[in-house]
Amino acid sequence: MALLTVRNVETYYGPIMAIRGVSLEVDDGGIVTVLGANGAGKTTVLKTVCGAMDPRKGAVDFDGRDITGLDPDRVAQLGVGHVPEGREVFPFLTVEENLVVGAFSRKRADFSDDLEMVYGYFPALADRRKQPGGFLSGGEQQMLAIGRALMLRPRLMLLDEPSLGLAPTLAREIAGIVARLRSEQRMAILLVEQNARMALDISDYGYVMETGRIVMEDTCERLKNATDIQEFYLGMKDRGVRGRRRWKQRKTWR
Amino acid sequence: MEVFQLLLSGLSQGCVYGLIALGFVMIYKATEMLNFAQGDMMMLGAFVAITFVNLAGLPFFVGFLITLVVMVGFGMGLERTVIRPMIGEPPFAVLMLTIGLGFILRAVAGAIWGSGPRTLDVPFAGSVLEVGGVVLGYENLVVIGGTALLCIALWAFFRYSRIGVAMQAASQNQLAAYYCGVPVKRVTSLVWGISAAISAAAGVLVAPVMLIDPMMGFLGIKAFAAAIVGGFGSLPGAIVGGLLIGVVEQFAGLYLPAGLGEVSAFVILLVMLMARPQGIFASMQQKKV
Repeated sequence: MALLTVRNVETYYGPIMAIRGVSLEVDDGGIVTVLGANGAGKTTVLKTVCGAMDPRKGAVDFDGRDITGLDPDRVAQLGVGHVPEGREVFPFLTVEENLVVGAFSRKRADFSDDLEMVYGYFPALADRRKQPGGFLSGGEQQMLAIGRALMLRPRLMLLDEPSLGLAPTLAREIAGIVARLRSEQRMAILLVEQNARMALDISDYGYVMETGRIVMEDTCERLKNATDIQEFYLGMKDRGVRGRRRWKQRKTWR
Repeated sequence: MEVFQLLLSGLSQGCVYGLIALGFVMIYKATEMLNFAQGDMMMLGAFVAITFVNLAGLPFFVGFLITLVVMVGFGMGLERTVIRPMIGEPPFAVLMLTIGLGFILRAVAGAIWGSGPRTLDVPFAGSVLEVGGVVLGYENLVVIGGTALLCIALWAFFRYSRIGVAMQAASQNQLAAYYCGVPVKRVTSLVWGISAAISAAAGVLVAPVMLIDPMMGFLGIKAFAAAIVGGFGSLPGAIVGGLLIGVVEQFAGLYLPAGLGEVSAFVILLVMLMARPQGIFASMQQKKV
């Protein structure tokens, strides 16, 4: 029984269909990645899972429970942490307040051990715990966003483009922490990434999306060796017989 | 000496403007809605206090506290029934709704309590304190002290309580607050409740120096000016803007030709909009597109 099951979901932005019948599964304790180009609908899948958008068709089950159409705060209370694209920290709250808000749905008074856990993963945050979230660098804000979701003690973490806009070394550091989280916190992770190499390295299973549909799915080992993936997402095999990759990439043509 | 007395009454009047402005700003920050019924909530609060203190005969402070509780409930109920269905509608529609709400509140208050002016029985009315030749009215001191206490309480609430911090979070980034499990809808209700209670407190505090009638809510227009002068979106700015307008109004009323006192609030508003449109405390964050 999978922890998260998404069945034939169709989600619209007004009249525009953003995802067209997506099904995917995340097992307890596994990392699943969704790859795809800009506008393929990856973020919309996450928003549909967490309840920020309601699907017009299909269903989302979490932990054996139908969560389709629940408000995002209810979904979070059930144990789904969401690290949104673009970090979205609270700019005028201090780092520590940001983290405490992350634990809002948990009925406890004392979060010091959770805070210590987050500061253990991200020592850079500990040094800045009294500073407003808006003053942090991009990488620190990403750490804060992940830490904030960790404060929920989630069973499933939705990670949306954690490497977006970060220096390569920082992106690798974040990837390492994501891999550690899975083994140490025993949580499942649904990872959306444009950096396909990094995503395939840390995940078990992968889905590839194109214009709102899932066009390919397999274990990450096999995805890494698939020629399409190598060509389009890993940029390995570039030159075809005609000496150019795609017509799209030519700047001029007649 | 006259200057001190003017300053004092100006400050106390300004406190009332500031409190109403605080209610405006809180709702604006949390929901990006302008509530033009804020002044009428103050009026309603004053009448509720009259009901408990004058008519039911409760001690003043007990009646005051009950009024606050009732108004929290009123604000939350109003949000739940009238405002929440308007989420997602154009801001202009919400604005018209709150203006209409103001009319309804005035009419209802007139129907229940009558349209004639009333006074709230306060224990400290009319007594004065003389310090070095300056005569200080207790009413004014109570208004200023009460406002200060209320501000401290609010500050502590937003700074230290979990729900207060979550309220700030929800106003800074609503979607991210949702993702953290903050029940944003209930938090928004509570913001309306607190805002209504602050206005009610303003109504009770102003009662000794002003007659209470269903039309007193038009004071809210000056409070709106105060909120803009202070920098819309800044809670301390609302109080400072209110104090500024209150003090200037008193001095203009005495030293300038008749009639200028009444319009001085709006003169300040115009000057402010020309010289520093972002207000005294420009804490409005730049909206990312």
